[in-house]
Amino acid sequence: MSNNENTKVVSDEQLIKDVTAGEYKYGFVTDIDTHVIPVGLNEDVVRYISEVKGEPEWLLEFRLKAYRHWLTLEMPRWAHLDIPEIDYQAISYYAAPKTKPAPKSMDEVDPELRKTFDKLGISLEEQMRLSGIAVDAVMDSVSVKTTYRDKLAELGVIFCSISEAVKDYPDLVKKYLGSVVSYRDNFFAALNSAVFSDGSFVYIPKGVRCPMELSTYFRINAAGTGQFERTLIVADDDAYVSYLEGCTAPMRDENQLHAAIVEIVVEDRAEVKYSTVQNWYPGDKDGKGGIYNFVTKRGLCRGDYSKLSWTQVETGSAITWKYPSCVLKGNNSVGEFYSVAVTNNRQQADTGTKMIHIGKNSRSTIVSKGISAGFSQNSYRGQVKIAKTATGCRNYTQCDSLLLSDTCGAHTFPYIDVQNDSSIVEHEATTSKINEDQLFYCNQRGIPTEDAVGLIVNGYAKEVMNKLPMEFAVEAQKLLQVSLENSVG
Amino acid sequence: MLEIKNLHAAIDGKEILKGINLTVRPGEVHAIMGPNGSGKSTLSSVLTGHPAFTVTEGEVTFYGKNLLELSAEDRSHEGLFLSFQYPVEIPGVSMVNFMRAALNAKRKYYNQEPLSASDFLKLMREKRAIVQLDNKLASRSVNEGFSGGEKKRNEIFQMAVLEPRLSILDETDSGLDIDALRIVAEGVNKLKTENNATIVITHYQRLLDYIKPDIVHVLYKGRIVKTAGPELALELEERGYDWIKEEVDNAK
Repeated sequence: MSNNENTKVVSDEQLIKDVTAGEYKYGFVTDIDTHVIPVGLNEDVVRYISEVKGEPEWLLEFRLKAYRHWLTLEMPRWAHLDIPEIDYQAISYYAAPKTKPAPKSMDEVDPELRKTFDKLGISLEEQMRLSGIAVDAVMDSVSVKTTYRDKLAELGVIFCSISEAVKDYPDLVKKYLGSVVSYRDNFFAALNSAVFSDGSFVYIPKGVRCPMELSTYFRINAAGTGQFERTLIVADDDAYVSYLEGCTAPMRDENQLHAAIVEIVVEDRAEVKYSTVQNWYPGDKDGKGGIYNFVTKRGLCRGDYSKLSWTQVETGSAITWKYPSCVLKGNNSVGEFYSVAVTNNRQQADTGTKMIHIGKNSRSTIVSKGISAGFSQNSYRGQVKIAKTATGCRNYTQCDSLLLSDTCGAHTFPYIDVQNDSSIVEHEATTSKINEDQLFYCNQRGIPTEDAVGLIVNGYAKEVMNKLPMEFAVEAQKLLQVSLENSVG
Repeated sequence: MLEIKNLHAAIDGKEILKGINLTVRPGEVHAIMGPNGSGKSTLSSVLTGHPAFTVTEGEVTFYGKNLLELSAEDRSHEGLFLSFQYPVEIPGVSMVNFMRAALNAKRKYYNQEPLSASDFLKLMREKRAIVQLDNKLASRSVNEGFSGGEKKRNEIFQMAVLEPRLSILDETDSGLDIDALRIVAEGVNKLKTENNATIVITHYQRLLDYIKPDIVHVLYKGRIVKTAGPELALELEERGYDWIKEEVDNAK
């Protein structure tokens, strides 16, 4: 990949072939005019992004500080991942669809773009009409359309793109941006803080229970572009929100970088549920192409009795580096992490969570289900830390691995650090292989092997799948089966 | 319906079945008896297409079709059912989901639409009654935490739902107390018609008191060495297998 020639798209016929090929279901490219800046990263690029977006001075400063800090860092190598050298100067850091900046109604959304969403099965109209989900669709870097915004506004709920939030609610953004994930946090967090293009902003005011699931659908479209979204969710005292994030990307031979940040702040007695179904293109069966998904997700349970629950179903990406975490600062706060991570072919995943107990009597639950097939490597990495003053804390961790082949790897790296003696930490781990007798039992009852694998794997992951909102659960079940096609036999 | 000719089969290179010949007609109940390790369970595994076994010689036709060429699931769709000696557990998969997947796979094979949810649940209710399986059991994960008796009743329940043309009951009596045995056997008898057939594999006469066989075979060292009427089972119960072993071994 070298320059904006890469935005050239393949013919429609090829698209249809790709879509119907049966391997990766979302491998089409949308033929719309995209505005891509030349590859490379330097202060001018950071300034350019900030200028294009018409950002205030403080945000430019934030970006520049992050960029300068990033220059001093090296890419982390501690994960159980074989990450090829990434040339950060060969990536274009900004790609925006060339449409009118803020469509007021559905009619104003680019028809090509809408077709893309239709193919993804998230037709905005339908979702608006039928399901009552408010969708903030992010295509490449600019938020395309935020639905239901007016309706939510009546309750005082803010749900918009982060760029809009910077303009319309600068004080809120300034107060919370970087407050949970500092640009100093890690290499990818620094990079994201310097060049983030767009993402979602959610603010739930005191005492408001958000009446609908809020949903963002991410999709990387332009070739050779990294996607650096930034999501910021704030639930004020006694507020509640359930947030859904879905991800897909077109099939391309080269690898694409995705380095996002999600920050969540949960105040007194507030609750946030954050669900992800991640289906980025995993590369082909020989490991060519695919997304590098290097994401920092963290929530701060700042208030007493606050609660944050992460649920993730990870089936995509060539390489996943991701640890959605909870900092349990409030007394009696609760953190949860429910995860299903599937790797097949040559995929690699190093994923898990951190539960940092600072508040007294804080509790956390971790349920991680790894499923490995083909030649993939699947690692769970989790940290449970209980501070000296955080007395009376509880953690329960259950960490299961299911192997579908003799050539894949499943690894568990738990780190437990308890600094007082009134807290209780439990860790259970199992490893099992999908067994021939189970498959034969299904076959004998007439269930073909592919369906049997889907059934068995969904059964194995049920504890986590049950945590997903209904709208996602069905899709996630299908996804599990699709991503494991041809993995047994 | 079933014609087995000179069937030889091996596992891990070791030959277990050494020339089985057997014909089953609609309406018949066959009992296959024999000492441990004679190949009884292997026969049921080979007929239903377990991948661990290799057929080295012989042929099997089922309603004129070459059974050995069919996948395990297609054999099921064609009407072959195995009640497993050791039904496996599938954690997290409810019986309802499991049976719906099974039934709809069969319907697809015959180009039928999937059953609607309400029709399916009605069918489940009807069939559950046959083996007195309560509602709770059906909503639990497949065989998970089932007692020995519940597992076997669950097998017969699945048989009732799938309505096979030929059912093989592999030591369905093992691990059952007398009440469970009666319920299971009554279930099997209720499902019997003049168009379907049953092969009962067992060590003991006990089950055959409830499921009356028309023909009894003795399997020994991978061959059917004796075939007779139901009186043979009674004789075996009384005299054991040693006299048959001697007959066979002396004949060599």
